[in-house]
Amino acid sequence: MASLDDLKKRIASVKSTQKITKAMKMVAAAKLRRAQESAEKGRPYSEKMNNVILNLSNGISDKENAPKLLSGTGQEKTHLCVVMTSDRGLCGGFNSNIIKKAKSYFAKIIDEGKELKIITVGSKGNDQLKRVYGDKIIENISFKESKNANYFDADKVGKMIIEKFEAGEFDVCTIFYNQFKNVITQIPQAQQIIPLNNEGEENNSEESYEFEPDEDEILSNLLPKNISTQIFKAMLENSASEQGSRMSAMDNATRNAGEMVDKLTIEYNRSRQAAITKELIEIISGAESL
Amino acid sequence: MSEEFKVEIVNPEKSFLVKDDVSEVVVPAFEGEMGILKDHISIISFLKPGIIKILSKSGDENYYVEDGIVEFKNNNLSILTSTIFNLTDLDKSKQQDLLKQAEEEANKTDINDQSKYLADQKVQVLKTLN
Repeated sequence: MASLDDLKKRIASVKSTQKITKAMKMVAAAKLRRAQESAEKGRPYSEKMNNVILNLSNGISDKENAPKLLSGTGQEKTHLCVVMTSDRGLCGGFNSNIIKKAKSYFAKIIDEGKELKIITVGSKGNDQLKRVYGDKIIENISFKESKNANYFDADKVGKMIIEKFEAGEFDVCTIFYNQFKNVITQIPQAQQIIPLNNEGEENNSEESYEFEPDEDEILSNLLPKNISTQIFKAMLENSASEQGSRMSAMDNATRNAGEMVDKLTIEYNRSRQAAITKELIEIISGAESL
Repeated sequence: MSEEFKVEIVNPEKSFLVKDDVSEVVVPAFEGEMGILKDHISIISFLKPGIIKILSKSGDENYYVEDGIVEFKNNNLSILTSTIFNLTDLDKSKQQDLLKQAEEEANKTDINDQSKYLADQKVQVLKTLN
């Protein structure tokens, strides 16, 4: 059995850990509110963008000559996967959930004999993936310097993806991120952004638009922007999810630490009492023997 | 019947402006300035760098934009843009910064004609603001 001193030390250390996790939880809660707000504020933009593109792609008469970003290259040989994770740890299953989802997708692609290329956004994803898929990772981006997700960063990633697409480096692009549902639930998502997947989304507005200049030109201008927008949306969702996940993880950790302190305190008191009893017995039996 | 319609400007971070007493909006569309009044036909177009003028009962407003898409439908005008500034908030130093950026971009040699044209536009518009 641990000595009284050891127990005391352990209680102190668990208590200080608890203080840290509690502080982290508070910080995450404050950040979560902000991240959630900006995720919600960012939604109209991506929704509107989606709508416009939907209207446009329905209006396109010549499907054969539609921009490649919309219709694809006609083949599906090389897949590019953009895995978006956080730069910081201690956020529960946040990163591993994305990685798990991504890995199962990777395995499927490799099984089908297709080529796989990976871009990781955020250092945690890179850490977890480089051991198994190190040779497949072509780029690793991290936004450690920027405090909040901003459009400028997303645009950079988007432009890079488009550049690679135009250079013919890949045919299909999928992004992986965590969709924020609520503080406890985040759903890992795989979203295909090139070619744009509009199937299943019926456009029921019969409205016909006038286009100026023509559809093709607007589309070719709009689609690259849409890529950046989608990435930005993913970044916003991700940052809200990260904070939510961290908050619940730290909440759990704080609670566990509390339980541990209780248990250790009981043990400490018991052994203290045992020591006292032992001493008493020794004194009494010593006195009796006299 | 009122001659007003609704305008909504959204940028990626948030809904930038919502106004529903607007009588006319002039946007710098790609093929020239375009004035939009109520009951305009549904239209989608995109913007080049320029000034958006919003005329309404509660006063006129001017915004500087660098790019964007406009969609007009059922008397709802949506403007999606990534860079927008209210002209009254845009002070001289900020203007100079933007101008410098735009000039740098315009002087690059390795860009294609369209981005060159857009950068030149930016420079022009920013110069007229001073």
